[in-house]
Amino acid sequence: MATMTLVQAIHDALGEEMERDPRIVLLGEDIGKNGGVFRATEGLWERFGAERVIDTPLAEAGIVGMAIGMALDGLRPVAEIQFADFIYPAFDQIVSELAKFRYRSAGQFTAPVVIRAPSGGGIKGGHYHSQSPEAYFIHTAGLNVVMPSTPADAKGLLASAMRDPDPVIFLEPKALYRTAKGEVPDAGSAVPLGKARIVRKGSDVTVVTYGATVRVAEEAAAQAEGEGTAVEVIDLRTLWPMDIEAVIGSVEKTGRAVVLHEAPRTCGFGAELAALIQEKAFLHLKAPVARVTGFDTPFPYALEKLYLPDARRTRNAIAAALSF
Amino acid sequence: MTVTKAEALDWLRKMSLIRRFEERAEEAYGQGKIGGFLHLYIGEEAIAVGAMAALRPDDDVLTHYRDHGYVLARGIDPKRVMAELYGKATGLSKGKGGSMHMADAKHHLWGGYAIVGGHIPLATGMALANQYLDLPRIVACFFGEGATNIGTFYAGLNMAAVWKLPLVAIVENNRYGMGTAFERVSAVSAVYQKACVFNIPAVQIDGNDVLAVRDAVRDMAERSRAGGGPQLIEAMTYRFRGHSMGDPQRYRSKEEVEAAKARDPILLWRRSILENRLATEAELQAIADEADAEADAAVRFAEESPAPGPAELCRDVLIPEQESDVPEDLS
Repeated sequence: MATMTLVQAIHDALGEEMERDPRIVLLGEDIGKNGGVFRATEGLWERFGAERVIDTPLAEAGIVGMAIGMALDGLRPVAEIQFADFIYPAFDQIVSELAKFRYRSAGQFTAPVVIRAPSGGGIKGGHYHSQSPEAYFIHTAGLNVVMPSTPADAKGLLASAMRDPDPVIFLEPKALYRTAKGEVPDAGSAVPLGKARIVRKGSDVTVVTYGATVRVAEEAAAQAEGEGTAVEVIDLRTLWPMDIEAVIGSVEKTGRAVVLHEAPRTCGFGAELAALIQEKAFLHLKAPVARVTGFDTPFPYALEKLYLPDARRTRNAIAAALSF
Repeated sequence: MTVTKAEALDWLRKMSLIRRFEERAEEAYGQGKIGGFLHLYIGEEAIAVGAMAALRPDDDVLTHYRDHGYVLARGIDPKRVMAELYGKATGLSKGKGGSMHMADAKHHLWGGYAIVGGHIPLATGMALANQYLDLPRIVACFFGEGATNIGTFYAGLNMAAVWKLPLVAIVENNRYGMGTAFERVSAVSAVYQKACVFNIPAVQIDGNDVLAVRDAVRDMAERSRAGGGPQLIEAMTYRFRGHSMGDPQRYRSKEEVEAAKARDPILLWRRSILENRLATEAELQAIADEADAEADAAVRFAEESPAPGPAELCRDVLIPEQESDVPEDLS
């Protein structure tokens, strides 16, 4: 066990998996000699060489397309998109090509590509450096979508992603890169994809969340506890395929659900969560499923704090569910 | 002629098979037995056949969506190709792909791609993997001239050139992107000239001359295999049919199409074989009959094959045990 930040955990996972599997090759903008904008790949270029840590041109469609080709011919590429907001030039490659291989070839081959991208707000980045695009990728059949909230999960989930036979969109909450610190198990301990984590147990209301809003949920839960409300917090960790049993099991117990994420509200992943909960736990529900989300606006600069879900809004939703 | 009799007849056999196969597919489409879109390769057969003759069996091949010719030229069973067109369970991809998305991993044919230019960076990645794994394979990436105005063409070939990857880009210039003449929408309409922005070798060849194609692809492939980096070939050709079935072809005249048919690649090659006394009329007739029979057998196989069962809908996905209201059977 060692204590480290989330970005250090990402760095460790990359290095350890590269030691374990020579087929793993990293590629992206400024990731090699420069060590990456967020320093996630610092030192890997020196350690593994320019052949395995490839500095690419500024061309996201090219990066992802190239990663797909590498995967088809037997490598395990890990592409970094410098900010998740820059992924849209590669959106066609991800949606039209990457996601389709297992199905279109009737299982003849897959493209085991991991795409890492710093996601979400909290750094005053404005509308090109703050967005949360997970819903687009969850909506596209054929992709695993992952977003860790702790260093241990970041390391363990990234290790699993690099060993998975199918593509993984690995979204890293950039606000947590250096603010999330925690103990991380030593080498080789992968966290399985598709399993949620119960962050804290409670019997009155379930908050389902992931990524940077996990700590918002924890803060709201701690405050609610002072008022005698026991909040269960679930960190999905893998957004898709999601751990539906964990969510439904919890809602059947509490009878109330709040879904919480940074991304805009309409057609956000919270909408799917709400639909699933009402389909599978309708008779257990004592209140409508509440959504606490970002707003249906472009990501704001000056008003970022207002945009991002916080403990106050989460507590309001919890209180509304309790008093329904 | 720098070609053996066996090669000459093999190429004629393959071009004839593609022609007959597609004529049968055209009929089946007219009868409603093949769904969706059908893009015929008729008139362009020399490119697929010449190129495949130059490539090694384990070289990686990616193509655009007008892909039947490549699949057949690669030696993949026409029965399974026709079955895929029919959407049958015996198709190359069990009917999950269809006309534009043929793939057979065993033959290193990684697919037809129907997002124009979308597969070019994939080819770059495959070439990088081959170089990284120290394999003597090259990647042959086929696309139309229309793909050379899209970003992935520049992203893909730029990276291939930067890292000197073993890749041959073969641009099939049939002069029209769907219904728009290339020179109307491309600032540079001689595609080989675009290679200068990547500083890579490029040639323009007669794509209706199967021998010229074989020779150019062989030369460029071996140069690339030997570490010469990516190469570009612009093969000039013409499609005799519309862009896809049901194309009214308002963008070109009947006279233009008829004039182009005088340079039918199969007729040209047949004439060349006879002029060089590589075979007799009777031998050539036997090849034509054989192609007919093989295409007919492919149709029979497709007709007699079962449709995929409903359970196939949710197979080959991340979450196979989906809750659904798919019926147990469709009858």
